[in-house]
Amino acid sequence: MHIPDGFLDPKTFGTAWVLGGTAVGFAVAKTKKHLGERQIPFMGVMAAFIFAAQMVNFPIAGGTSGHLLGAVLAAVMLGPWTASIIMATILALQAFIFFDGGVTALGANILNMAVIAPFAGYWTYQVLQRLLPGRVGTLVGTFAGSWVSVVMAALACAVELAFSGMAPWGVVLPAMLSWHVLIGIGEGVITTAIVSYVTQVRPDLVYETAKA
Amino acid sequence: MRKEFWILLIVAVAVALFLSPFASPYPDGLERVAADKGFLEKGEGPGLVQSPIPDYAFPGIENERVATAVAGLVGTVLTFGVMYGIAVLIKKGQVNREQAIQQTRESGQG
Repeated sequence: MHIPDGFLDPKTFGTAWVLGGTAVGFAVAKTKKHLGERQIPFMGVMAAFIFAAQMVNFPIAGGTSGHLLGAVLAAVMLGPWTASIIMATILALQAFIFFDGGVTALGANILNMAVIAPFAGYWTYQVLQRLLPGRVGTLVGTFAGSWVSVVMAALACAVELAFSGMAPWGVVLPAMLSWHVLIGIGEGVITTAIVSYVTQVRPDLVYETAKA
Repeated sequence: MRKEFWILLIVAVAVALFLSPFASPYPDGLERVAADKGFLEKGEGPGLVQSPIPDYAFPGIENERVATAVAGLVGTVLTFGVMYGIAVLIKKGQVNREQAIQQTRESGQG
C-alpha cells in the first residue's frame, strides 16, 4: 500500500505530511518518557523483522498480492507509540533507499501505515482484551486489530487518492477496501501466529498488556 | 544484546534472504486498484531521489532472486542499524532531560 510519487496532489500530500509528521513527533516525545534500556535493541530487531517480512508478498486472489504491514505486531510487542516510530523509520528507508513509496507521498504513507494502522489496530486489540479474558483476548484482539489496521490504512489511502482526484470516491473506496479486507486476513494470521509464539516462550519481552 | 534479540535478528535476515526471492510477483492491493482504475502510469515517474537499491534488486547482480536476496540482506541489516541508532538517540534525549531537571533542582537548592 506504499503510495508512489504522482498519485497525490500537493494539497493532499502536504496535509498528510503535517498530520503524519506531528503524530510521529508526538510519538517520539511519548516514547522518550518510558523507553527502557532493553527496548533499544528490541526496536532494532523488530524494525529489521518487519522490513524483511514486508518484502514477502503472498498471493491473495485474482492475481493480487499483499504483504505483512507489521504495525499491530510492533504495537502489541512494544506499544503503539513505539510502533509508530518503527513504522515511520521503515517507510523512510523504503522510500529513500528502495524506491518503494514516494518521497512526496512519504507523509501520507506515514500517516496511513505508521499512525492510523498501529493506533486503529491497537485500540481494537485493547477493546477485545477487555471483552475477552486472558490469552483468548490477547489472541483474538491481535487478529482483529491486525485486520482493522490494514483495512483502516487502505481506507485512509483511498481517501487521499479521492482527494487528489485520481479516481471518484465511489470507485476508489470500494476497490481499495475489497482487496484489503482479504489482505487483512493474511495480516491477522501472521501477526497472531507470531504473538502467540512469543507470548508463550518469552512473555517478559512483550508490552505489558499482552497475556501469555 | 541479549540472546533472544540475536535470534530474532537472524530470523529477520533469514526471511529477507530465503523468503523474499520467492515473494508473489503479483501487484499489491494499491497497484491493482491503480491498474484497474487507470491511474497506475501517474505513479511511474523516475522518482525525486536516486534510490541506491531500486525495487529491492541489488544493482549489478543479474540473477533476479540473488539480487532480491542481497537487497533484502542489506535492507534488513540497515534497518536494524538505523532503528537502533534512533532508539539510542531517543534514550539519550531522555537521559539529558533527566540530568537537566536534576541540575535545575540542585541549583534551586543552592
